[in-house]
Amino acid sequence: MLATARTVPDVLVFIASAAIILGGAVGVVASKNPVHSALNLIATLIGIALAFVEQEANFLAAVQIIVYAGAIVILFLFVIMFLGVDRNESIRLEPLAGQRPLAVGAVAVVTGGLIALMAAGGWYSGATTVIAPTDPSNDVGALGKVIFTTYLFAFEATALLLIIAVVGAVLLARRPPASLDAAQRADDRDVAVGEELT
Amino acid sequence: MTIPAAWYLIVSALLFGIGATGVLVRRNALVMFMCIELMLNAANLALVTFARVLHDVGGQATVFFVLVVAAAEVTVGLGIVVAIFRTRHSAVVDDLHELQG
Repeated sequence: MLATARTVPDVLVFIASAAIILGGAVGVVASKNPVHSALNLIATLIGIALAFVEQEANFLAAVQIIVYAGAIVILFLFVIMFLGVDRNESIRLEPLAGQRPLAVGAVAVVTGGLIALMAAGGWYSGATTVIAPTDPSNDVGALGKVIFTTYLFAFEATALLLIIAVVGAVLLARRPPASLDAAQRADDRDVAVGEELT
Repeated sequence: MTIPAAWYLIVSALLFGIGATGVLVRRNALVMFMCIELMLNAANLALVTFARVLHDVGGQATVFFVLVVAAAEVTVGLGIVVAIFRTRHSAVVDDLHELQG
């Protein structure tokens, strides 16, 4: 009795999260304007966070909102505005003939296979490598214990990865040194003069 | 929690399919990046679902690392987009055809 009483809200939350996730994802792909794509991406991420909460991964839901919606999408929006590419793109234009139907067909085949696998799979195969049981009341504690013991090396490696990413981003995005820039401009001028002469 | 795992896994598969379609169909590099994020999130959803079903918090730990890698990937990727935009004045991947014979 209690189980059936709990089922209805669970199903409603699931339907809501699935609708937000898939609606947002379609919006990302179908929006002409990159800014609208980014905003639809936020909707998808919030739907994923809702699904995380429903599955008792509360810490990951919070991290999902903070890191993804708060940092990554804002970075996307920042770059879109910075580059000034926030104008509409002609989605209808198809530069490579037949590429689009082929892509959609291939993705449909792969997704159909995935869905068949997911729906039919018996996942209770007797897990023998359980690292730590999930604990709905204390998922932060369980997750922290696992990250700082079993996955300690991977955790330290992520620190290195983030350092490399920051240095790489700074190197990639900074302007070339002024002397090099001036030489480039001089080259351009020479070319322009040469073109005028010929 | 009475929702079967298969329901969440099917949503995850659909999300992955939509993201893959976007990467293959769209030509704006920034939107392609967003579609890669969609695919990463599909994997995250599947991992959390498996963590719940198999009672193993290792799946959630993997999601944590996926988040870190996604942040690093976006940082470097957007840096590359900015660098390309400086020289080509375009964020459309079809304009990058210097290696074409």
